[in-house]
Amino acid sequence: MSAFLEITEVGKRFNGTTVLDDVNLTVDKGETVVLLGPSGAGKSTLLRCVNMLERIDGGRIVLDGEELGWRESNGVMRELSGRAEARQRQEIGMVFQSFNLFAHMTVLQNVVEAPVGVLRRPKREVIEEAHELLKQVGLDHKADAYPAQLSGGQQQRVAIARSLAMHPKLMLFDEPTSALDPELVSEVLDAIKHLAVTGITMLVVTHEIGFAREVSDRFVFMENGRVVETGLSRRLTVEGAENARTRDFLSKVL
Amino acid sequence: MTEHAILDPATARHIPTRHVWRGVIAVVLLLALLWFVQGLAFNQALDWTTVWKYFLDYDVLAGLGRTVLITAISIVVAVVVGGLLATMRLAESRVLNALSWVYVWFFRSVPLLVLLVLTFNLSLLWPHVSLGIPFGGPTFFSIPTQKLIDPLAAAIVTFSLQQAAYTSEVLRASILSVPLGQREAAYALGMTRARTMMRVVFPQAFRVALPPIANDAINLLKSTSLVAFIAVPDLMYSVQQIYSSNFRVVPLLIVATLWYMIVVSVLSAGQYVVERKLRNAPSRTRQGASA
Ligand SMILES: Nc1ncnc2c1ncn2[C@@H]1O[C@H](COP(=O)(O)OP(=O)(O)O)[C@@H](O)[C@H]1O
Ligand SMILES: [Mg+2]
Repeated sequence: MSAFLEITEVGKRFNGTTVLDDVNLTVDKGETVVLLGPSGAGKSTLLRCVNMLERIDGGRIVLDGEELGWRESNGVMRELSGRAEARQRQEIGMVFQSFNLFAHMTVLQNVVEAPVGVLRRPKREVIEEAHELLKQVGLDHKADAYPAQLSGGQQQRVAIARSLAMHPKLMLFDEPTSALDPELVSEVLDAIKHLAVTGITMLVVTHEIGFAREVSDRFVFMENGRVVETGLSRRLTVEGAENARTRDFLSKVL
Repeated sequence: MTEHAILDPATARHIPTRHVWRGVIAVVLLLALLWFVQGLAFNQALDWTTVWKYFLDYDVLAGLGRTVLITAISIVVAVVVGGLLATMRLAESRVLNALSWVYVWFFRSVPLLVLLVLTFNLSLLWPHVSLGIPFGGPTFFSIPTQKLIDPLAAAIVTFSLQQAAYTSEVLRASILSVPLGQREAAYALGMTRARTMMRVVFPQAFRVALPPIANDAINLLKSTSLVAFIAVPDLMYSVQQIYSSNFRVVPLLIVATLWYMIVVSVLSAGQYVVERKLRNAPSRTRQGASA
């Protein structure tokens, strides 16, 4: 049996330092998995490898039966061309810690840019859908504002809408609320919560354990580039966790 | 014993600090300027009647046209070639990096005047332009280099190539000023590298590059007077021709100066308008911790 997203024995080194060490992780279709772990554990690197923003040094990542970043031909693995890589990324949404909205475009233009420019969908249809997506994150009234005129929480909600406009198979979130003032965290978490129930597949890096317990199905705990423990998210309590390292981490963040 | 009156800050009169010295300095500077302008306007040596006589002279205007032409073409070519050089310099290929670096090094280190004279006299270095297979292969046709190069073309080529070296550095810095996250967000949406550059990086880099490029254009406008050395009748060369026969040096230099000032004013105004247009879209994203 194979999962929707299969990360198998993935390794990654930066200048000789091992950052990901033989990482195995699966996410089923429609599942929400949270990735936990102390700073420097390699969580961001793992997400970036899935999205091919970093090239893996070993192992493989398969999404919905398709190997990411490489293709097999005549018994050898060949790295994909930039264009083929870009095509695979169309199906993977990514939300960054620092939002990364296009600063020179309005909110609406941010959402519309890729579906029109990359997928070549009709502009009118995409604009209509963009307004719909912005409504879902409660920001349609800001459609003509520029990112600099929005709060961090609003920017992050636009970034979520922008990703969804591509109808991705998989959504990756890298600490989507870590750059936000405390009072803005819940509006972004709420937006992600709404997504979880739509049945989209999500892999979320977060330090919000309460949110993780409520929204996700499973957790994966990483440390020093290795997966230390995986389990059901309702076990995300100091007593519930099995591994001593996980328990130690949870006792610090809870 | 004096009693302190207790003031209520809410109702008390508020008197801002008076900046007396600012006012005094402003008045002194304005008076000095007035005196200087009056000194120029009524100066017999300047001979304003001669200035106005030649201001719209046919040769002067034709020279002005060539000056503007050389500047305009050079700056456009410089932006295109400079963009290419900057992209090469930032590419992942060592060879492209090095080629771009060598180009910039060469054209920034050779004096403009030398370059100009060399380009014009290219036939000294390569007497013939020919099409064929290099390194000893057959030649399909060949014509003398001297026939291909007229002074105006040599000037345009020289200024374009040298300016491209400077502009590439401006563009490289502007491209680097666009945060990496902008590019990664574009890639994550499935954009190719080329599309990311065109739609996300260049538009943002352009805002940063505009003031220095306008600066370069203005600088270039006046540097083009070097073309006198290869006898291109530009603005400066034309007034030189006139004063070498009537000896009215100062008034004719003023004619040239006035025209340079007018063109620079137009350029500055254009820059102002474009910058204001771009500023309507706020350029900085409030990101990270300040959110
Ligand atoms: N581009 C890079 N170059 C060198 N080292 C890196 C790079 N990116 C991440 N690292 C290192 O990899 C380790 C894991 O980083 P990261 O994946 O960001 O951890 P996390 O997201 O879990 O905090 C850290 O030690 C970090 O310093
Ligand atoms: Mg991280």
